Amino acid sequence: MEARVRALETLLTAKGLVDSAAIDRIVETYETKVGPRNGAAVVARAWSETAFAAWLKTDATAAIASLGFGERRGTRMRAVFNSADVHNVVVCTLCSCYPWAVLGLPPVWYKSPAYRSRVVQDPRSVLAEFGVSLSQETQIRVWDSTAELRYLVIPQPPPGFETMGETELARLVTRDAMIGVGLIGAGDATP
Amino acid sequence: MNDPHDLGGQIGFGLVNPEAAEPVFHHDWEKRALGLSLCASCLGAWTLDECRHAYEIIPPTDYLRASYYEIWMGGLETLLERHGFVTCQELLTGIPEGTAEPVSCILRPDMVDDMLAAGPTELVISDKPRFSPGDRVVTRKKRPQGHTRLPRYARGKTGFVEAICGSYAFADANAHGKGPSPQWLYTVAFHGSELWGPASSDNIKVSIDAWETYLELARQ
Repeated sequence: MEARVRALETLLTAKGLVDSAAIDRIVETYETKVGPRNGAAVVARAWSETAFAAWLKTDATAAIASLGFGERRGTRMRAVFNSADVHNVVVCTLCSCYPWAVLGLPPVWYKSPAYRSRVVQDPRSVLAEFGVSLSQETQIRVWDSTAELRYLVIPQPPPGFETMGETELARLVTRDAMIGVGLIGAGDATP
Repeated sequence: MNDPHDLGGQIGFGLVNPEAAEPVFHHDWEKRALGLSLCASCLGAWTLDECRHAYEIIPPTDYLRASYYEIWMGGLETLLERHGFVTCQELLTGIPEGTAEPVSCILRPDMVDDMLAAGPTELVISDKPRFSPGDRVVTRKKRPQGHTRLPRYARGKTGFVEAICGSYAFADANAHGKGPSPQWLYTVAFHGSELWGPASSDNIKVSIDAWETYLELARQ
């Protein structure tokens, strides 16, 4: 595969169709700038400011863009809020739709047949594989990204969040919690 | 199409195996594959929907064996050849034959940030939405011949309209060069038992985002 990709890049560059420096820039963007920290900042703001949370509920695209994170062309954001009664989980069963601007590029498991096939049918067992166990009373709400909407799960805040600053809160927010396969305080903080 | 990409509800793929401290890329070639795909899409010759369809027509035995970026590369080669940017021979040898027609829209480094943050592209339509939040609807059961964003597990099922999400290019037409033909898009939610039978006592609800022609009002 290495050779096939290199050959295609050489071919397209020679034909003047692709600028390799633009590829470098795209790679650098996702390796160093765009990742789950963006989403963590959105969540921390939502926990800290009621007005921002309300804006996220009504127009997540604009609310998220106000923090400087714009989604790719064609993509509209939607924020879904966990509560004591409902736990949200996101998948794309048809491909790998994922909110790149707030979470970076999707992990391999998100794109895998195992996750895509099972989480719509048996989300509880999938969540258990991530160490998340919910009571039967909690409804699990699965969002299948079949169009141009991209979903960001706003997890429930940790105890005592009211007295914490946004930076401190953002450190507690994991990527998995923002996909819905993690809970706050259940795993490592977002790197 | 009923192709291997349509995975919701299929069985036999085993456990989900999250990788601890997963890197952004596992191989250097994945970085170039991502960049090449995004640069090539900026040539403007195909839509995201056509691109998705190019992945979906990879033969099932190859699709299910391929890593995700391998699927991307397979689709990209199909699209480049289909739209006349490269020939089959060039793909085989990697050697350019003659020069390409000049293309005006080459992605340059200073355009990358804007490209990655361009945001939504809703398309205004004059028709009012046919459905309202709370409506009970049935999804189309017909087996599609080409690209669709109506997953197999959610066909012929009864659900509820939860939200009207704006109007967008209709993927099923746009994937086949028939233009955007925008339609209203709705979030439609189904109870687990509707999708998976009475054994699904799991207190789950699953939603899809469905274009208007995927839906009919349910008989009361």
